[in-house]
Amino acid sequence: MQLSNLLSRKYGLAEEACVALRECTPVVFGIIPFGITCGIMGLTAKMSGIETILMSVFVFAGAAQFIGITMLGAGIQAWGIVIFTTLLVNLRHLIMGSSLAPYMTKLPFPLQALLAFLLTDEAYALTISRIHKARYSVHYQLTVGTVLYLAWVLSTAAGVALGSYISDPLTWGLDFAMPATFLVLLIPRLVDRISLSVFGMAAVVSVLAALYLPGKWYIIIACLTASLVGGLLEGDKENA
Amino acid sequence: MRSEVFYIIVGMALVTFFTRFGTLALFRFTGVPTWLNRWLKYVPVAILTSLIVPTLLLPKGYLDISLNNHYLIAGIVAAIVAYKSRNIIATMGLGMIIMLVLKLW
Repeated sequence: MQLSNLLSRKYGLAEEACVALRECTPVVFGIIPFGITCGIMGLTAKMSGIETILMSVFVFAGAAQFIGITMLGAGIQAWGIVIFTTLLVNLRHLIMGSSLAPYMTKLPFPLQALLAFLLTDEAYALTISRIHKARYSVHYQLTVGTVLYLAWVLSTAAGVALGSYISDPLTWGLDFAMPATFLVLLIPRLVDRISLSVFGMAAVVSVLAALYLPGKWYIIIACLTASLVGGLLEGDKENA
Repeated sequence: MRSEVFYIIVGMALVTFFTRFGTLALFRFTGVPTWLNRWLKYVPVAILTSLIVPTLLLPKGYLDISLNNHYLIAGIVAAIVAYKSRNIIATMGLGMIIMLVLKLW
C-alpha cells in the first residue's frame, strides 16, 4: 500500500514535470533572444562578462535588468536610483505572488522562497494556466521555474560569448515569441462576459498608460483596475 | 568585478525577491481574504492582456495602428490561430513566420 502510494506520487511527479517541460519549451525559445540581448547589452554598457552573467544569476528579471544595465551604461552609479527603479519595475510580481498565494501557503517555507525567487511573468502565466486546466502542482511550478531560470542564465552567457558577432537579435522578430505565448494562454480564458469586460478594460487602460506613463507602470495600473472591475462584477453576480 | 556594481546587483536581487515573496509571506499564516480572492480571480486575464496589447499596438513606444506594424498583423493572425487551434507551437510558429516574411518583404 505504502509502496503503491509512493509509486503513484512518483508517477504524478514525473508526469507533472513532463507536462511542464512540454509546455515551457516554446516559452524558452521566447526567452533565449532576450537573454542573448541581455548579455550583449551588458558588454555594450561596459560591464564585464562576469558582472553581466552574475546579474542574471542573482536578479533573474528581464525588464529590470535591461533598465539597470542601461542606467549603468549611462554612467548612473547612484545605486539607490537603480535599485528603486528595479523595485518599481517588479512591483507587478506582488500581484502575481498574491494570486498564487492561496495555492502555496501550505508549502514548506524554503520551498516557498525558492518558488518566489523563480517567479517571473512567464512562470506565473504557465502555472496559472495549469491550475485552470487541471490543478495546482508544485512540481509543475518548480520545473517551469527552474527551466526558465537555466534558459535565462545560459542565454545571457551565450550573449556575452557572442558579444560582438550579433548586433541585436530582437530586430529579427524573435521577440514575437513572447506575445504569441501569452496569446495562447489568454484566449481560452475569454469565455464569459466578465472575462471579456476585464480584457477590454485592461486593453484600453494598458495602452493609455503605456502612452503616458514611464516604464512598466502600465502593467500594474491596467492589471489593478481591470481585475478590480472583474472582482466587482463577480460580486454582483454572486449577490444577484 | 567592481564592488559598486556588485552592490547594485545584490540590491536589485533583494528588491526583486521582495516583490516576488512579499505577498506570499504576508498571507502565509492567515490565508488570502475572500474579497481579495474575488479580485484576484481576474488577475490572470488582466495581466496577460496588459502584457500583450501594448506590445502589439506600441512596439516602438508610440501607438501604431497601420499595416507597417508587423507586430499587430502577426498578433491578429496569432490570436486567430490561438483561438482555432489552442496550440502554442502552431501559434508561435505562424506568428514568427509572418514576422520574418513581413521583415524580408
